[in-house]
Amino acid sequence: VTRRQSNRALWNTIGVALFVVMVFPIFWMISTAFKPDDEINSRVPTWFSMHPTLSHFGTAIHRPFFWVDVKNSLIVVLVTVAVAMVLSLLAAVALAKYRFTGRKLFIVLMIGIQMLPGVGLIIPLYVVLARYHQVNTLTGVIITYLTFALPFSVWTLRGFVLGIPKDLEEAAMVDGSSRLGAFLRILLPLVAPGLVATSVFAFITSWNEYIFARILLNDQGKQTATVWLSYFLGSSKNTDWGGLMAGSTLVAIPVVVFFLLIQRRIAFGLTAGAVRG
Amino acid sequence: MASAAETTPRSRRRSLSWRRVGSGAVPYGLILPVIVVLGAILGYPIYSLVRLSLQQYGLFELIRHQGRYIGLHNFGLVLHDPVFWHTVVRTIIFTIANVGLTMALGTLTALLLVRVSAWVRILLTAGLVLVWAMPPVVAVQVWNWMTNYQNGVLNYILTELHVGNYFHHDWYATTFSQLGIVTVLIVWGALPFVIITVYAALSQVPGELIEAAEIDGARPWQVFLDVTMPVIRPVLLILTSLSILWDFGVFTQPYLLIGQPAIHPGNYLMAIYLFEEGYFKNDYGRGAAISLLMLVIVAAMSVVYVRKMVRIGEVQ
Repeated sequence: VTRRQSNRALWNTIGVALFVVMVFPIFWMISTAFKPDDEINSRVPTWFSMHPTLSHFGTAIHRPFFWVDVKNSLIVVLVTVAVAMVLSLLAAVALAKYRFTGRKLFIVLMIGIQMLPGVGLIIPLYVVLARYHQVNTLTGVIITYLTFALPFSVWTLRGFVLGIPKDLEEAAMVDGSSRLGAFLRILLPLVAPGLVATSVFAFITSWNEYIFARILLNDQGKQTATVWLSYFLGSSKNTDWGGLMAGSTLVAIPVVVFFLLIQRRIAFGLTAGAVRG
Repeated sequence: MASAAETTPRSRRRSLSWRRVGSGAVPYGLILPVIVVLGAILGYPIYSLVRLSLQQYGLFELIRHQGRYIGLHNFGLVLHDPVFWHTVVRTIIFTIANVGLTMALGTLTALLLVRVSAWVRILLTAGLVLVWAMPPVVAVQVWNWMTNYQNGVLNYILTELHVGNYFHHDWYATTFSQLGIVTVLIVWGALPFVIITVYAALSQVPGELIEAAEIDGARPWQVFLDVTMPVIRPVLLILTSLSILWDFGVFTQPYLLIGQPAIHPGNYLMAIYLFEEGYFKNDYGRGAAISLLMLVIVAAMSVVYVRKMVRIGEVQ
């Protein structure tokens, strides 16, 4: 028993050490964001500042195009999520509730597309969107985001539709509800938590996306928040680290909040749907 | 196609009622919108990708919206370019290092999570979820700040721990060191997903089995290989295939952390090679050829994963 206890103490120590190592970069980001410049630039780091300041957040949000680019991000993400949810819920119902010829092919497509590296598609997407004058427009970016948001949402929502108890559908059928009526009154409320989880996840992936936005949007006033942040770093000699960390914190906040909300629910969908930033 | 649901009379009634409602055309109507949209925004670009790869297509052609057919010339250029082959080899080594580290550290940490006290498990899981939630571009900027050579905290910590004298150490001085830092960043970002998923799989391992094996005098590693491993093997396989695909095509982290000005053919990874040679140099035809070659490599690698997932989708 004592050996077991000392083992447990050893494992706990390693676990806490691992926690410190993993979380340190996030701690360092937040800590830097609130630190005065002299503490940031000193050679000996200050772990916890005794003189916290909000000035870096002021610098970050007053940098050119911060609000415009955040607004762009929100537009792109919200439209992408809305379109993806409506279209993919229909397809998810088809996959979960019907057997039909071509079902397997459709599944292969939904999974296979998610495996394509986004960077492999930038050239044709750029050229095709240029042909239809959608380069440097938010519409163009939304189109490229749907290429990953749709297959992911179809696959994840399918799992949620499958989880609906069969008895309830049956009850609706016995009631003689119309097809659409049954769908709306029975299925939709039941799948709502799944829809929320999937939307939030699509929201996060779209908000985090970088390369499509980077190649399609050239005007600073048309960029998204991630591209804005990627251009923050000036010449490395005079980098405003405090401002950069404040900006980083601001860009991360919506994602972290949403992520913490849905983390449990999406855990299984992730293994199936497979999306990483 | 016989479904498992049809074995009990109750679910037979269900499937019949749904089938009656959805006579034939309904499922096709339901998937039609997704098919049409994906066809337009993905199918058509992929068709264009094949056409582009056979064309001379630069800025001039981009403005005219009209390429010039040159056959397999682009592929010849790429396949005879030593940079392409060096990049493929570098990317494969990079992928093996990243996936190997992610999977090894991820599995070890998941095993650790089983052994620690509840409060440590909650603490560590919470921390992992926070890391998981970090947007990649944000993570890059934070690592940029931690590793900068003037007063990066990493140099300070390593010096204080007497690992060596890292005062003003430049992590971006050599290709090896650049890709090493990128590896640390990627493994750090990928670990939470792997740890939490493997931990979930580990909780499926019956505790009695492990106890029985221990009573029988099996050593810890024997227990792991003979009892734990068979249960978590499918999950490890899926995670490994996913990690291979992601790391092979990774762009954001190396591109932003190394920084565009410091990127050159000597430190290209596949995605950056494609971006620099195709997009940045406005050589869309050659870029398309590179994309196709890359997509073929990735498709070949993803066969295992897609087949496994399709089997899951088929059963349900």
